[in-house]
Amino acid sequence: MEGELVQMGAYIGAGLACLGMGGAGIGVGHVAGNYLAGALRNPSAAPGQTAFLFIGIAFAEALGIFSFLVALLLMFAV
Amino acid sequence: MADGTSGFNIKPMDQFTVKPLFGGDVVHWYTPTNVTLWMALTVLAVTALMVWGSRGRALVPTRGQSLAEMTYGFIYKMVEDVAGRDAVRFFPYIMTIFVFVFFANVLGLIPFAFTTTSHIAVTAVLALAVFLTVTALGFILHGASFLKLFWVSSAPLPLRPVLALIEVISYFVRPVSHSIRLAGAMMAGHAVAKVFAGFAAGVGAAFFVPILAVTALYALELLVAVIQAYVFTILTCVYLKDALHPAH
Repeated sequence: MEGELVQMGAYIGAGLACLGMGGAGIGVGHVAGNYLAGALRNPSAAPGQTAFLFIGIAFAEALGIFSFLVALLLMFAV
Repeated sequence: MADGTSGFNIKPMDQFTVKPLFGGDVVHWYTPTNVTLWMALTVLAVTALMVWGSRGRALVPTRGQSLAEMTYGFIYKMVEDVAGRDAVRFFPYIMTIFVFVFFANVLGLIPFAFTTTSHIAVTAVLALAVFLTVTALGFILHGASFLKLFWVSSAPLPLRPVLALIEVISYFVRPVSHSIRLAGAMMAGHAVAKVFAGFAAGVGAAFFVPILAVTALYALELLVAVIQAYVFTILTCVYLKDALHPAH
């Protein structure tokens, strides 16, 4: 009974941890959207900035990955 | 994950099991497993592109040769742009990382293949190697002044200790996010593909809807495989730049 309760808590926690990925989604969308807005204003400067676009996306995405990690830990390690 | 008691009976995580190639259940460090096989195939594919593809050294390149040259030029330019001109001597290492991760990702997309980069153990070794190399390089090149990386001299003085703490934490989190980003993206994508493929068996006459979805998803996965290899490499360049020029 108690073990099941702990497992239930772990599963609920894993589901809640996935909410953090939504934040990462907002962040990635913000980076990409702003890049596109800037690129449309000055298309000639856009190709030189794609590296920064991907670096920005990667950093924004990292925090979503941490919540994914927490979910994985709750599912498999706890 | 419990014992898959849903009506569809989809087991999306089964594809990531490490199995010995020649029977048995025990995996020693020397046992040839499906991971070993697909890593060997990755190395083979890299060799095929780089050695066999460019063997002619033709002035007008063949398709294989121009593919190899484009990859080379692409990564060379990335190292030069992101990490700076003096980082070019580390180009072979970065090129190795890119082609290995790229082919491991793409070969994993072949049906029934094993994606080696979907295991955190594999990506963690790659990321830790980068982390240790870059840290050692920073201390070798700059000695103790490498620690200036954590001391943001452009910030107001009262803020600097706080920023230093944050910088130190973010520095040590680097290998974690570096490895889990790649493994997570690969694992999640393949699990989703498996779930959709499982739907196709469950919906009967409407089977073509999930199959169309899987096809679209597969195209997306191809994009993700390339982008994740690119991101892994470009982050290596960023960390390398920090080691070469630690002062803010």
